[in-house]
Amino acid sequence: MAETLTAPLTAKDFATDQEVRWCPGCGDYSILAQVQKVMPTLGIPRENIVIISGIGCSSRFPYYMNTYGMHSIHGRATAVASGLKASRPELSVWIVTGDGDSLSIGGNHTIHLLRRNFDVNILLFNNQIYGLTKGQYSPTSEENKVTKSTPFGSIDHPFNPLALAMGADATFVARTMDRDPKHLQAMLLRTNQHKGASFLEIYQNCNIFNDGAFETFTEKSSKAQETLFLEQGKPLRFGAANDKGLKLDGFNPKVINLDEGHSADDLWIHDEKDIYKAQILTRIFDDPKMEGHLPRPFGVFYEADRPCYEEVMALQIEDAKARKAADLDKLLRGNEVWTIA
Amino acid sequence: MIRKQEVLNDVVIKFAGDSGDGMQLTGTQFTNNTALLGIDLSTFPDFPAEIRAPLGTLPGVSGFQLRFSSDRVYTPGDACDVLVAMNAAALKVNLTAIKKGGKIIVNTDGFDSKNLRLANYPEGENPLENDSLSNYEVIKMDVTKMTREALKEFSMGMKEKDRAKNMFVLGFLYWMYGRDMDNTLTFLKDKFGKKQDIFDSNVKVLQAGYNYGDTTEAFGTTYKVEKAKMQAGSYRSMMGNQAISYGLIAASQKSGLPLFLGSYPITPASDILHELARHKNFGVRTFQAEDEIAAITSAIGAAYGGSLGVTTTSGPGMALKAEAMGLAVMLEIPLIIIDVQRGGPSTGLPTKTEQSDLLQAYYGRNGECPMPVVSASTPADCFDAVYEAVRISVQHMTPVIFLSDGYIANGAEPWKFPKAEDLPPIHLKFKTELGDGEEKLQPYLRDEKLARPWAIPGTPGLEHRIGGLEKQNVTGNISYEPENHQLMVKIRQEKVDKIANYIAEQKIDNGPEKGKILVLGWGSTYGAIKSAVAELLAQGHPVAHAHLRHVRPFPKNLGDIIKNYDKVLIPEINNGQLIKIIRDVYFVDAKGYNKIMGIPITKTELVEVIKEML
Repeated sequence: MAETLTAPLTAKDFATDQEVRWCPGCGDYSILAQVQKVMPTLGIPRENIVIISGIGCSSRFPYYMNTYGMHSIHGRATAVASGLKASRPELSVWIVTGDGDSLSIGGNHTIHLLRRNFDVNILLFNNQIYGLTKGQYSPTSEENKVTKSTPFGSIDHPFNPLALAMGADATFVARTMDRDPKHLQAMLLRTNQHKGASFLEIYQNCNIFNDGAFETFTEKSSKAQETLFLEQGKPLRFGAANDKGLKLDGFNPKVINLDEGHSADDLWIHDEKDIYKAQILTRIFDDPKMEGHLPRPFGVFYEADRPCYEEVMALQIEDAKARKAADLDKLLRGNEVWTIA
Repeated sequence: MIRKQEVLNDVVIKFAGDSGDGMQLTGTQFTNNTALLGIDLSTFPDFPAEIRAPLGTLPGVSGFQLRFSSDRVYTPGDACDVLVAMNAAALKVNLTAIKKGGKIIVNTDGFDSKNLRLANYPEGENPLENDSLSNYEVIKMDVTKMTREALKEFSMGMKEKDRAKNMFVLGFLYWMYGRDMDNTLTFLKDKFGKKQDIFDSNVKVLQAGYNYGDTTEAFGTTYKVEKAKMQAGSYRSMMGNQAISYGLIAASQKSGLPLFLGSYPITPASDILHELARHKNFGVRTFQAEDEIAAITSAIGAAYGGSLGVTTTSGPGMALKAEAMGLAVMLEIPLIIIDVQRGGPSTGLPTKTEQSDLLQAYYGRNGECPMPVVSASTPADCFDAVYEAVRISVQHMTPVIFLSDGYIANGAEPWKFPKAEDLPPIHLKFKTELGDGEEKLQPYLRDEKLARPWAIPGTPGLEHRIGGLEKQNVTGNISYEPENHQLMVKIRQEKVDKIANYIAEQKIDNGPEKGKILVLGWGSTYGAIKSAVAELLAQGHPVAHAHLRHVRPFPKNLGDIIKNYDKVLIPEINNGQLIKIIRDVYFVDAKGYNKIMGIPITKTELVEVIKEML
């Protein structure tokens, strides 16, 4: 045996002997480090953790985690994970995927996994570019983006991943970023805690093909102005001096300055359980270059309780077993038999 | 009235009507009734392409052919002795399939001017009123009128009443063949027991049909077919898709692996999903996936977790699953891919049969991607064949393709069902701990079969990663080494080839071990070849029949068998697929007989083909 499991595990126990092969400076390193830090704190035996990935830079992830893992095929990690979770509900199943993998080639499986609500954790590394195939635009790339496959600018309108998840009736929808390790760790913990399909979008910098895509949100100079960190039961506040906030004007979110006669009591109070407000929140997706734009929210947008597919499946089986014994001879024999002497 | 009873040896009946006329149900009931008497039989339902084509039209005709005999039968028959035609379209579509002198039982109400027009008969022409049917014995009955008459006391609407028409025909045939009706009464009770009105009306019409035969003087003779001389034992009627489902459940029970089916509905495979979904008491998990790709990849996920992973589909779905099959080959993980073939390419002929996915099963994937292929030859054979596919898959750690087709899927035959305890065991062992001197799991360390260990999540100390990238032998680490790739390609091929050491040798099904012609078949051509060769052997011709279950790898002795005959004939319902592989592997100048019409090869045509070669 490698080691006894009585000693508390550390991040090191989750590292493998495989050389990590992402480009130097890739945002994936930070995500890997935070996942390795968080995993030992979850109280889940290492052998019960399975990481399933598709294809893309992010999908190399399982090779670097000393758990069970499968590097599957492009877009299908969600479907592989669905079959695994359906048949082995006791396992902790994590899906590591990218914007191309889960929103383009595998978009169909992603939405169906969400509506079925398997109790799995989806970590969507969104870098808004195809890295592994060396720089084509992705389904989350902004319009007019010039890439190798769009020399005159992309004419594709991008997905808003969290709005898509809400549309597919996800029961946990959250966003974080590679450059904020503390927030990333906190979101990983919440993702794991949620019972049901958890959808965590992680803004991840691809320093080779799309460097700085999220720098407005991640750089110290602009982060406070441009981001809004959601906290349950707290007003939506942001700004360098925490002096701004969002309020709802009818169905429209509006920025207000707290020093202009508004108090914190006027602000929108965040409620993760409110599906209507969550849909407005995920729709806050303005281009930071746009005049009068709203700050980009991070944190848990929405969480709901809904029965998980694998649980209900197991209940149906238990119920069927209780009503009818598994008698193979009876099955093979059937009801209409004749005998030849 | 005293009537003559004539004893017949072999009868083929075809029930034909609108797809809403209940002909499949009528056929199935008559089949079960026949089976319960120990008469051998074979059936072939002929579904229309459309779910509900316009009433009365040619594309809307649904048929069910049943052959029963006091001898063993292996096909549903080339031509009919009796055709039941519920309307003009049903007659027109099936007229060429009736033997000269055969009986045609027609519902005259289905030959009114509207029905004749819908069936494209020229204005003013009614086949019942001219001499176009003079070669046949036509029995005219106004089924609609007599059904309504029987139900005149019932309060239901006319449309509802007319739905019982098929029961009148069934009752009449029960009379004609001297049957009792107990099985159908039980069936109706189970189906409509809670709706007393519907139950009563069906029974009333069934009896009315029987009594009509019994009391009408026009019908002088009833017929009887004696029990067939079959092997002693207990039998039931079995259809192909049902047999696949039962074979999978049995394999799951005997191997101890929970069964997981990932499937997307597709004709003609959907009935396997339907059947397995009913048997949750055996711990069966059925997952109706969002598409064909999710169907197979979910099954791969389940297999990775230690289930018996299965996916079911037909040709178009096979094409969609190809990439995932490649993953299963790289993962070297057990998985059963069931292809119930139909006419192609593309959407092709969804309700018609074909054997045209063999080359796809052999070669239809990117890279060097060998997989074992097992095929079923008759409906009941599906049980044993799929059981064998599971054994190969789990013992050799490889995905296996199982080929059936539309003809087998929906056909039925008597099945001498096994006892659970008599089924061969399926031995397998998960790896549960590291061996002596092992520091960590070597996921691609191989045994004498070249199979790698199956270590499932949840096993402490065996954490490991696998994936679709080329991997180093033994360690499973990603490897781009040129020599390693060559080694791994060769190993994956050798692993499949080695299965030949673990399967039964090929047998001659019928005929001499050496001779003039070997008819070599696979899949659903079994019955036609069997019957044709039997007929020629009876005439003294040196002809033999061998039928493959294992299409990849071939049984070790197949080459030797082929050498024992002057000529080899390979009949297939495709444009020549097995023949390409046989020629490639054994350098034999085999001849093909290829029918690509969406319908089975008949015994009669095959006899002619073989005779020409003699």
